Amino acid sequence: MPDVEVLSRIQFAFTVGFHYLFPPLTIGLGWLMVIMESMYHKTKNKIYEEMARFWTKLFAVTFAMGVATGIVMEFQFGTNWANYSRFVGDVFGSALAAEGIFAFFLESGFLAVLVFGWDRVSPKVHLLSTWIVALGASFSAVWIVVANSWQQTPAGFHIVGEGAARRAEITNFWEMVFNPSSLHRLNHTLIGAIILGAFFVMSISAYYIIKNRHMDFARRSFTIALVVAFLSSWGVLFSGHLQAKKVSETQPLKLAAFEGHFKSDGGGAPLYLFGLPDKAAREVRYGLAIPGGLSFLLHESFTKPVPGLQDLTENEEDWPPLMATFQTYHLMVAMGMFQIGLSTLGLFLLWRKKLFEARWLLWVFVFAVITPYISNQAGWMAAEIGRQPWIVYGLLRTSEGLSQAVSAGQVLGSLVMFGFIYLLLFAVWIFVLNDKIHKGPAPAGGPHEHPEGMGTGFLAAAESLVDPGGESMSAAHDK
Amino acid sequence: MAYLNEIWFVLLGVLLTGYAVLDGFDLGVGILHPFVTRNDKEKRILMNAIGPLWDGNEVWLVTFGGAMFAAFPNAYASVFSAFYTAFMMLLCAIIFRAVSMEFRSKQPYRLWRAFWDGAFFLSSFLIALLFGVAVGNAMQGIAIDVNGNYQGTFWDFLNPFSILVGLMVVVLFAMHGGIFLVFKTGGELRVRISRGIWASYVALLVLYLITSVYANLTIPYATMNFRHFPAAWIMPLLNAAAIVAIPVFLLKKRPGAAFMASSFTIAAFIFLFGFALAPYMVHSTLGPECNITIYNAAASQKTLGIMLIIAGIGMPLVLCYTVIIYRVFRGKVELGAESY
Repeated sequence: MPDVEVLSRIQFAFTVGFHYLFPPLTIGLGWLMVIMESMYHKTKNKIYEEMARFWTKLFAVTFAMGVATGIVMEFQFGTNWANYSRFVGDVFGSALAAEGIFAFFLESGFLAVLVFGWDRVSPKVHLLSTWIVALGASFSAVWIVVANSWQQTPAGFHIVGEGAARRAEITNFWEMVFNPSSLHRLNHTLIGAIILGAFFVMSISAYYIIKNRHMDFARRSFTIALVVAFLSSWGVLFSGHLQAKKVSETQPLKLAAFEGHFKSDGGGAPLYLFGLPDKAAREVRYGLAIPGGLSFLLHESFTKPVPGLQDLTENEEDWPPLMATFQTYHLMVAMGMFQIGLSTLGLFLLWRKKLFEARWLLWVFVFAVITPYISNQAGWMAAEIGRQPWIVYGLLRTSEGLSQAVSAGQVLGSLVMFGFIYLLLFAVWIFVLNDKIHKGPAPAGGPHEHPEGMGTGFLAAAESLVDPGGESMSAAHDK
Repeated sequence: MAYLNEIWFVLLGVLLTGYAVLDGFDLGVGILHPFVTRNDKEKRILMNAIGPLWDGNEVWLVTFGGAMFAAFPNAYASVFSAFYTAFMMLLCAIIFRAVSMEFRSKQPYRLWRAFWDGAFFLSSFLIALLFGVAVGNAMQGIAIDVNGNYQGTFWDFLNPFSILVGLMVVVLFAMHGGIFLVFKTGGELRVRISRGIWASYVALLVLYLITSVYANLTIPYATMNFRHFPAAWIMPLLNAAAIVAIPVFLLKKRPGAAFMASSFTIAAFIFLFGFALAPYMVHSTLGPECNITIYNAAASQKTLGIMLIIAGIGMPLVLCYTVIIYRVFRGKVELGAESY
């Protein structure tokens, strides 16, 4: 059986990775709903109310998944990483507590008004609730990113105690919050989330346009999302550039691993577009590189040297896992470039009034929603794997952060449990989402659920077996 | 500020009380739900009674966890790693509960709805049970070594006293949830709910008497603090008075007062739990040198101070939203387009 460390790392990565499918979507979608509902208030056009209502439904299903899987994260620090929790609690805990008090209460409270309150509060209060939920979702990103950034670039603390009792103690709260990487990472993460929200709306809207359904709704949704996607995908390029520069200052080993840069020869460092880093040979195989490109990006000079892994430390045990760091980083960049190209092309065709006739491009948009998922996940993996072998950069190794009281068997058991539950939930989420997309938006003022579109797939078959009279369908019509 | 450790211990108690009183009633609704409903519409009424509220209620638990992590990192690390398997079961239940409400009414199929109804009941039951089991174990003490690492097994947690406390929490929450539902329902459904309230009330009385006697006989420090602070005897007396008051208010058709009494009962139980523990957070069964106290588990005074500022700004805001949300969603459940 693999040891506790490996299993705990797999469990943490798996549960965060799964959780991270949902919050970026709710953050991005939340801001798009703010735009749509604000337009409804400005124009009084019912179509915008229909849009706000429809996207809110998809938002709510996704939000529930984010809540359900997020609670696991908070307690996993204590269950699986007790020594880490003892080490960082003084510093890291306050950010988590602030998230609870300042963000979670806000979003979960007003989400209720957003979802259930259409007929209970005035339209103005409803719009305000949409703003509050979008802000609340973003606030929780603030505190989580702050906590994570502190692990990457610790600041505002000192170390007290010796040996097993060694721990970080806070000296300056604001230095901890605004540690060197917080703001750059926060920008990059939030913009990445907004890109996902925009591509999600474009995917579904493009599908409706192709199928010639809900045309007015779909075109308007698509247009709003396309403008957002264009701005945010260019924005993420600039924020990513600034962040990479910051990483080169604060975590040069990580940057060298991102780029597969082994050794500075005193001249400019190349920028690999792709390749396979080979640790033994200390070079990138099968790569295509822009000579001096990395130096140019970091220092605006093609010849200024950039320290490589070997120059920073000969001790290979301190290097992050190269292949995973390099590939996830490059995958993120490639997906980002694709999003820039696609949204720019889309906006150009929209301006020329040819976009909604270009069926092939609409099909590309239908499937392009996968790319921000990949870039968000890959970016997060690059950042976290690139931090290894440290759990708190330069201070505490991942292997030192484990719970001593937990056995490999226990972790394996819980990992299997999470694997099973998450697989089930993922299938259900997709199924419910798909169903809502097929039912489509309800015309504002009319019945909100279309009766058609129920009863597809094997569940319907199962239904007809247990319920030949269709009795439960009548219950459904109570809705 | 010399009293920060004590203040944070009290504030954790406040957060835990907020969680138990608020999530307590929505868990109770989940526990009662299969016993008092007869058809799909009634099941939906019960779910929608708590639909807009449960998520905000659960945030009290999340904030409790974050605050414990920050204020008492040693206790947080020791307790959650010790309770590993039980805690994973709790997380599993919390996940299923959240999605069962969200997904249940999204499809009309009978199998689909039955599955999520079952998940809703089981997860609500399990959360309440595990919550009580955890309290029971914390009262008795657990096998924690001098470094705060648990030395026992999962099965040690399933001792008679803990299971008793677990069952007591289940019926307490069921009663509390039932009283909440009096405001949300009408007609025949409410008659059945009121039968559910009485059944859980009787069960609560029986379990309360057994656990009280058991605790006083087997846990030496359960009443130790009363010797130093005899004035605290007022709490068990008030608690008993509140428990007596619940049926009186219900018979007088004053459900609001009955709900306050059952909320007070929950708060008083948590007070007594905290008062029995203080100043310890975890009693070790391996010797007094292994005990975790609010002093040796705490974060630095600076962090406790910063957190107090955060709480001082945040908690009034939270109370404001809570009042707003509960006001917006007051009154009987009406099933509409956006309902679960």
